[in-house]
Amino acid sequence: MKQTARRSYALHFAVIAALFLLQYLLPPYHLGTFTRIMVYAVLAIGYNILFGYTGLMSLGHAMFFAAGAYGAGLSVHWLGFGPIAALLAGIASAFVVSVLAGFVVLRVSGVAFLIVTLMLAQAAFLATLYFNTITLGDQGIVLALRPVEIAGSAFALSDPVVKYNVALAAFAPALFFSLWLLRSPFGRILIAVRENEARTRLLGYNTFLYRFWALVISGTMSGLAGALYCLLFGYVGSSFASLQYSTLPLLYTLLGGTGVTLGPFVGTAIMYYLIDISSGFTSSYMIIVGLALLVITLWFPDGLAGQVRRLFKRRAA
Amino acid sequence: MTLLETRGLSRRYGGVTAVNDVSFRLDRGEIRSIIGPNGAGKTTFVSMICGRIMPSAGAVFFEDHDITALSPWKRVMRGIVYTFQITSIYPKLTARENVALAVQRRLISGPRAFLSLSADALDAAIDEALAAVGLERAAERMAGVLPYGHQRLLELAMGLALKPSLLVLDEPTQGLAPGDIAPFCDLIRKTARTSTILFIEHNLKVVLDLADRITVMDHGGILAEGTPAEIERHPSVQQAYLGD
Repeated sequence: MKQTARRSYALHFAVIAALFLLQYLLPPYHLGTFTRIMVYAVLAIGYNILFGYTGLMSLGHAMFFAAGAYGAGLSVHWLGFGPIAALLAGIASAFVVSVLAGFVVLRVSGVAFLIVTLMLAQAAFLATLYFNTITLGDQGIVLALRPVEIAGSAFALSDPVVKYNVALAAFAPALFFSLWLLRSPFGRILIAVRENEARTRLLGYNTFLYRFWALVISGTMSGLAGALYCLLFGYVGSSFASLQYSTLPLLYTLLGGTGVTLGPFVGTAIMYYLIDISSGFTSSYMIIVGLALLVITLWFPDGLAGQVRRLFKRRAA
Repeated sequence: MTLLETRGLSRRYGGVTAVNDVSFRLDRGEIRSIIGPNGAGKTTFVSMICGRIMPSAGAVFFEDHDITALSPWKRVMRGIVYTFQITSIYPKLTARENVALAVQRRLISGPRAFLSLSADALDAAIDEALAAVGLERAAERMAGVLPYGHQRLLELAMGLALKPSLLVLDEPTQGLAPGDIAPFCDLIRKTARTSTILFIEHNLKVVLDLADRITVMDHGGILAEGTPAEIERHPSVQQAYLGD
């Protein structure tokens, strides 16, 4: 058991190391693409903590993504925060929104949970339009960001290499945190809630509390992705709260594999390139994405990373 | 010394009264069996003791504290552990992971313990619980593919891992192979050295073999209570339950 843990950490470390080296190999266009993929992967990792491990399918994560993005963007625009303070403001904002949302949406589960999260997120989306004197609505805010100063040297967030490394610096801890969390006693309880909530309650666990914390961790991590996206690309607008940002993390995790910590990242990377490449051929590229999802759900229900893991396990056995 | 007491405990579902005004006492260290025909209210009654079902009226006292309003998980922390009539385990997790969930509940108290829980202590307690029911060789197998009898034993292992002061078993021998019943009774007797046992059972041989005292339920109430010898002689019990 301990050996598999060591092997698992080694594999994840290798992925991070490979991503670090990739910046010296990738042409500029793909460097930018991978920066986006890593930020979206943080969103998907956060989503997977709730969906893959706790068994709650949300269609409202755009709300948490936008809470992070607006928390960061508004504090830069209206309060003159620097990038690091803005990032922290974004995380704090997503945390508060997650806590508040938790009390509302966790009264239900299953299909009702899906509907309630969707409605709440749509309400949040409309709120970003309604309060357009602050948010500037769907036109959004283009941010003028100061460079980040670390140990006397200044890094401009507009530099693609800086962007890439900032994204990696957020992605790596998010990945390791999710790996550690799900191997911890806490993660074991989240899985137990997913598998058999009634039994878990009678083992002495207040299952509401665990679902609640899963939602708060998931929402806050998605908010981190939102804040990062806003700061790296210097923009925040209503589109961040739109349905798209709720469905994408669901598709990413389904494609990559819900029960695997690397699943969200694998799914994000493949889906991103799938959309990127297919949109070069046709404007109806969602047809291709849809077909890919059909194939995945029919023949690889564990997702792509899940399928790879299964192959390795079979060979080891 | 009384461990558990119910006073006027009732549960109504619309117009149907499943349990009606039951006052009941259980002494520490006892092995008590509850018997009665189907629909007598046995499962509803013990479910109110462990908090799965809230009573419509009456009160439950455990170690002299009123626990009537206590949530089921808090009751587990006080030492009341329930095993389900229909086996309720985590079929997609290994036997070891199933037991781990019970063990860590006992070892962890408070959020900080989540970080300091030692993997060795966890492993040792899991091994102990699996060995107690003889499932050590099935530890790494998926619980869902175990034979039904082994799933029952796994559920019992989860109960034992919580080190209960009151272990409530709902028809524990149901589905066990005839050859597994004697070892199972030995296990319960061994458990009874440290826990009080309250069990619902249809197999009268098991009941007469294990129980110190027997409570007979019928129509939501207590029909009779006594030692196995007294119950066997009781005329209304013979009529209502034994059927002769």
